[in-house]
Amino acid sequence: MVHLRTGRGAGAAAGLTAVLLLAAACSSSSTSTPAASGGSGGTSASPTGVKKGLVVYFIPKDTQNPYEVIADKGGTDALTELGGKVVVSSGTADTAAAQIPSIQAAIQAHADAIVIAANDPAALCPSLAQAEAAGIKVVAFDSDNTCPNHLFINQANTEQIGTSEVDLLAKEINSTGQIAILSAAATATNQNAWIGYMKQQLAKYPNMKLVSTVYGNDDPATSLTVLQGLLSAYPNLAGIISPTTVGISTAAQYLDTHKDLLKHLHLTGLGLPSQMKAYVHSGTVKEFELWNPSDLGYLAGYAAADLASGTAKLDTGSTFDAGKLKTYTVLAPAGTTGPSVILGPPFVFNASNVDQFNF
Amino acid sequence: MSSDQMTAPVATRAPVQVQPVWRSVVRWETALVFLVIATIIFGAQENEHFLNTTTLFFVGLNMGEIAIMALPLTLIVVTGEIDLSVASMLGLSSTLLGYLYQHGWSIWLAMVAVLVVGAAGGALNGFLVTRLGLPSIAVTIGTLTLFRGVAEIILGTDSVGGYPQSLTNVGVIPIPGTQLAYSFGIFLVLAMVYGVVLHATPVGRSVFAIGLQSEAAYFSGIRVNRIKFLLFVLSGLVCAFAGILWTLRFATSRYDAGTGLELTVVTIVLLGGVSIFGGRGSILGVVLAVVIVGCLQEVLTLMTVDAQVQNIITGGLLLVSVILPNTAEGLRRFRARVRRRA
Repeated sequence: MVHLRTGRGAGAAAGLTAVLLLAAACSSSSTSTPAASGGSGGTSASPTGVKKGLVVYFIPKDTQNPYEVIADKGGTDALTELGGKVVVSSGTADTAAAQIPSIQAAIQAHADAIVIAANDPAALCPSLAQAEAAGIKVVAFDSDNTCPNHLFINQANTEQIGTSEVDLLAKEINSTGQIAILSAAATATNQNAWIGYMKQQLAKYPNMKLVSTVYGNDDPATSLTVLQGLLSAYPNLAGIISPTTVGISTAAQYLDTHKDLLKHLHLTGLGLPSQMKAYVHSGTVKEFELWNPSDLGYLAGYAAADLASGTAKLDTGSTFDAGKLKTYTVLAPAGTTGPSVILGPPFVFNASNVDQFNF
Repeated sequence: MSSDQMTAPVATRAPVQVQPVWRSVVRWETALVFLVIATIIFGAQENEHFLNTTTLFFVGLNMGEIAIMALPLTLIVVTGEIDLSVASMLGLSSTLLGYLYQHGWSIWLAMVAVLVVGAAGGALNGFLVTRLGLPSIAVTIGTLTLFRGVAEIILGTDSVGGYPQSLTNVGVIPIPGTQLAYSFGIFLVLAMVYGVVLHATPVGRSVFAIGLQSEAAYFSGIRVNRIKFLLFVLSGLVCAFAGILWTLRFATSRYDAGTGLELTVVTIVLLGGVSIFGGRGSILGVVLAVVIVGCLQEVLTLMTVDAQVQNIITGGLLLVSVILPNTAEGLRRFRARVRRRA
């Protein structure tokens, strides 16, 4: 849990979280955001010390992924609150090479900060180093990179996402049968990390067997092709986990028109409520998970503005203000992840709540 | 080609044929010079940050490997063939360099091995095209997939890093005393060599002759197949070299390095005025096309024009560069035919 990682007393943090939740419940705007409990500790200080007129470049994996469009919008909201500006810039292909011109544009425009979802964990480091040399603060979100000196906004605890998706599926298939994973690109940092934890968690379910992991490259056509291959190779497949919004919506659309498969096959993963709503109501998908991408972008926007203003630091335990999401504490580097903050635990969507969300 | 030209002796045909072709090339390049100026003026007007030396460095950095790959492709297209496997060879080269380096090879030895494999891959293309007589577009679409597939087998989803920083600095630091990226500096030197070879040597004239009339060239003693074969080998070698530069620039080896770049390379060659049907083109035009595409990409990104719109503009440029010269040539042929009938 978030609280343990911050090193604060669990009880005090839980109390504070309860207060925050109550505050969130009372304020009209953010009552339904699943990630509202992500902040921990500190007082609900008003935005202080953040400079006006900051320019933050948001560089998503590509400009068309609906999930990232929402995240970028959240970032725009944050900077608007702070009197700054967001510029969204990226390529149409999910490659590091396509993101480099955007980093260069940020350098040339003398931007104050870059918020980037890296298409490759290492290949952008030379360019990001150039940006840092030019005095630009770097924040990573959605997909982390291995470059030094940046803050990673973790959408949710990597381990929790991996394990909880396996738990969700296990519940639906009585912990028995062949299962498969329909992922994004084979090189995607975040998907691969989640899959690693899925495999760990599967050890607890001896009757569930992971037979294949296929990659749809976050492209609907490719996802459909590999899905069909999967279904013909494993006709008795009991479950599919798709930890990507493109994969799960493509699979749900296919299963929705091939309902005979649903007799033995269950689908879960990470999806957008707006895309999955219809499939949840038609019974094709029972439950799926996500965090709030708008809040993720919002938090990244605040983190970028705070870093650029000197009101946030990369030091472990330092705190910064994130507007409606309250205060966040920088976590210590762990493994390949540098300094980071966690937005909050993943949120489970089902027929009872999916209509409340419009992203 | 009309029948009277077919039967005419090569010696008397040459001056008649070459003169108007030369003139049309000059005209196309003049248009490109104006396009370069227009792009720069447009950039300076639209964005205050465009006219500075950093732009020069970034454009060079982004275009370097692409531009280097465009040079041998120019010669291949002039002979009437095409090589679409260039970007996959770049990816294979990057992958192999990473694999060998990861397995304890010295970086220099690994580079030599990569270049040898590049030449071998080019030789495979050349063999299939010249010995088996297969169309180069089909062959190189095949090797496009093949090279990328081999790369994926070698590294899978891994990426290799940890290259010596003295070498990876080529992606961050310009050539000392200038604002030129290393890859772009190398391109400019290579372009001069290619320019001299193509426009001022018997080899260059043979390349044009093959593109204009392959059989006529053959019967006038030009070793058509040998030249085509060697051009494919050269292309493989140069693309492997571009792969090394790419790897160092990103400080990373990945099987998917440069995916889709072949389209940019082909765009540059065609925009440079090289005829897709062979027989016409110049290195100067290709250099100008590199500058145009590089500057345009830079200014559109600075203006935060959507990447989709940027693709439309690049695609439009490609179409214009194919349509314009060919309409001109088609008109000329049509007029000539009308005149002959009258």
